[in-house]
Amino acid sequence: MAQVAVAHAAEHELGFWRKYVFATDHKVIAKQYLWAALLMALIGGLMAAMFRWQLAWPDASVPGWGPMGPQDYMVMVTMHGTIMVFFVAMPILLGAFGNLVIPLMIGAGDMAFPRLNMASFWVFLVGCVVLLASLVVPGGASPAGWTGYPPLSDKVEFTGSFWGINLWILGLALEFVGFLLGGINFLTTVVTLRTRGMTMWRLPLIVWQEIAAVAIFLLSVGPLVAGAIMLLLDRVAGTAFFLPHRGGDPLLWQHLFWFFGHPEVYVIALPGFGIMQEILPVFARKPTFGYRTIIWCTVVACFLSLIVWAHHMYVSGIDPRLATPFSIATIAISIPFAIMIFAMIATLWRGSISFETPMLFSLGGLVTFLLGGVTGIFLGSDTADIYLHDSYFVVAHFHYTLFPVVFFAGFAGIYYWYPKMFGKLMSETLGRVHFVLTFIFFNAAFIPLFMVGLAGGPRRIYSPMAYDLLKPLQPLHVVATVATIGLVLGQLPFIVNFVMSMLWGEKAAANPWHANTLEWTVDSPPPHGNFAHPPVVTRGPYDYSMPGAKDDWYPQTAPFSGQPQET
Amino acid sequence: MDLQWLPQDISTYGPQIDSAIKLIFYTVGISLVLAEGTLIAFALMYRRKPGRRAYFNRGETGRELAWVLVPALIVLALDLGIDVAGARSWDIVKEAAPKPDLTVRVTAMRYGWNFTYPGPDGVFGTADDIQQAFALQVPAGKVVRLILTSQDVIHSFYVPELRLKQDVVPGREITAWFEATRPGNYEIVCSQLCGPLHFAMKGALGVQTQEAFRDWMDHQVAANAPHGAKPANKIESSKPGKEG
Repeated sequence: MAQVAVAHAAEHELGFWRKYVFATDHKVIAKQYLWAALLMALIGGLMAAMFRWQLAWPDASVPGWGPMGPQDYMVMVTMHGTIMVFFVAMPILLGAFGNLVIPLMIGAGDMAFPRLNMASFWVFLVGCVVLLASLVVPGGASPAGWTGYPPLSDKVEFTGSFWGINLWILGLALEFVGFLLGGINFLTTVVTLRTRGMTMWRLPLIVWQEIAAVAIFLLSVGPLVAGAIMLLLDRVAGTAFFLPHRGGDPLLWQHLFWFFGHPEVYVIALPGFGIMQEILPVFARKPTFGYRTIIWCTVVACFLSLIVWAHHMYVSGIDPRLATPFSIATIAISIPFAIMIFAMIATLWRGSISFETPMLFSLGGLVTFLLGGVTGIFLGSDTADIYLHDSYFVVAHFHYTLFPVVFFAGFAGIYYWYPKMFGKLMSETLGRVHFVLTFIFFNAAFIPLFMVGLAGGPRRIYSPMAYDLLKPLQPLHVVATVATIGLVLGQLPFIVNFVMSMLWGEKAAANPWHANTLEWTVDSPPPHGNFAHPPVVTRGPYDYSMPGAKDDWYPQTAPFSGQPQET
Repeated sequence: MDLQWLPQDISTYGPQIDSAIKLIFYTVGISLVLAEGTLIAFALMYRRKPGRRAYFNRGETGRELAWVLVPALIVLALDLGIDVAGARSWDIVKEAAPKPDLTVRVTAMRYGWNFTYPGPDGVFGTADDIQQAFALQVPAGKVVRLILTSQDVIHSFYVPELRLKQDVVPGREITAWFEATRPGNYEIVCSQLCGPLHFAMKGALGVQTQEAFRDWMDHQVAANAPHGAKPANKIESSKPGKEG
């Protein structure tokens, strides 16, 4: 601890390159991840608007692109999914917020391995560049879907994309390396660098959620890396791991992919939940309901997440007897999440709630995630999934689970920690406008897609008029597309707010929200090394509105004796 | 998200799948309304008012936790009910197929469907096999067994009105079955991404009355028979409807 602080004091004299570019300060790295993720989100969002245009008005050429052919359409769909899951969700929720809050919240001067942290970002950034480069190589980028099922993704003759898919695999591999380095760092930091008094049972929930997320990432990514190497070897070295005519098995990929792919949902969801769990008590002025219960639920959910993957494969041709066990495991994993959500709702009970932008986004995330959660019950049921699998119902469902945790919770976190990151306050008015636009247009974009799915509409169909069945559903696609464009344009107030506040925003005090956790005990933005002296923690993170206390908040470092039920 | 969005239902097990979807729809629908209602009611009731302080409550005692654990247990019970109710239908659709009256080999390839009937001798791979591109003709009220194979990538055999979906995987023979109840023309949809022209991989399902199907099959057998042979003699054995 002391050594880290000294090392950073020395680094304070470093020049521009070491300070802002090849930085080892966790706060700078967090901002680098945030910038990269927001830029990628813009690209991914624009791609969505373009392929949605094709679905609404198949005969009109796409503005800024021209007529969109089927290959272009599938490339857009594939890249949108890949970018949003791996190059937006993970860098925002793990790279940006994990890096920002973990050292500050546990009272550390930096991450355990600052140089590894720097490497994590730069490897990730190279991954971004490689992925985007795949768009411009001869043959074009991958049109094989973000799930990349072989043999389609395997033999070049099926897609015409040789370098595109190779770079897609390489970009993902670099992303995995980046987050493996980051994950090791998160775990080591939380285990070894907690300040005096910061027991595991006093950690803010977001810290628990971040380390739980990286733990399941570390446990589940291995099989996918193996799968990716096999796929690459099939493509470039003539092996046939996934090609049946030479003894391979296409379903092997699906097992490897979803063994990672389903835990990945929780790698994203848990930090998103963590952000909401951090913000709800602050704006309800109430302790989070069932702190320990939430932690145990997180741990249980992590283990269960490793045994639900085959619910993506009910109709894939696996032994049908596997369906019921996986269906039951899937139902089991809904329980810890139900408890966590009920606990968040219970946190509001008899609170004193104010609705600043971070709280609006947290509540909006909760409201929308509930719909994502319950529609998962349809798809977790093997019987209902026979009909709904690979339909727009699936598309609507996973957007209702991922958008709330990535964007609602992500924006909540940005509005909440922006003063700490940049030392400036954001505009509350623009924030509220941003929330209203995002909330309305998000729901308007995806509710129609539930209907398309229930009506039998399959996903990944280039022409919405391809089947007679789909023709009457066309107006729903128009609604969804108009709303998607609105959703993209609705981010303008955020961009303006983000940039303007940085330049001309009101200077932020150390603790603008009157919150308890350690990051609010230091200046905004915190200096290198964070804490002048290692803080000493005396209590849990959520002692709001304690009876007998003068204020309705009580920092984790405050000495206090007359407080009830201290554990 | 009304259930009237579901297309018409023309298979014998369709009602069971629909009832599973409806059971989930109403169960989770009510739960959703209750949860959202509570959330919004709390947000409005406990909005900040001058002079009122939040109630200090950590939710760590058993009594307090009951407020979240009991609803969660109710959710668990409902979910398990849904799963048990659904398991029987899954069993019928995917495991316990009844004895088939007619077996058809379905070959998927980019971007189309081929259907092979065993012909009068009832055996695949012989000269009297009947090949059909694009359209699968079946009789209503008969159990049809499909043997699904793919020549290239993964496809998925999906007929929304049958409530049947089954991926078709190269290198495997996967079986599926259905019994259509209502004659008519329906679309076969490929529902697994199989390439840039995936959207165009369309097939047709013709469900005919048993008489019409018999006539159709006789016609196919006659057209398929080598010169000089007398297909009429063999028509009886070609009847797919033979029980036993």
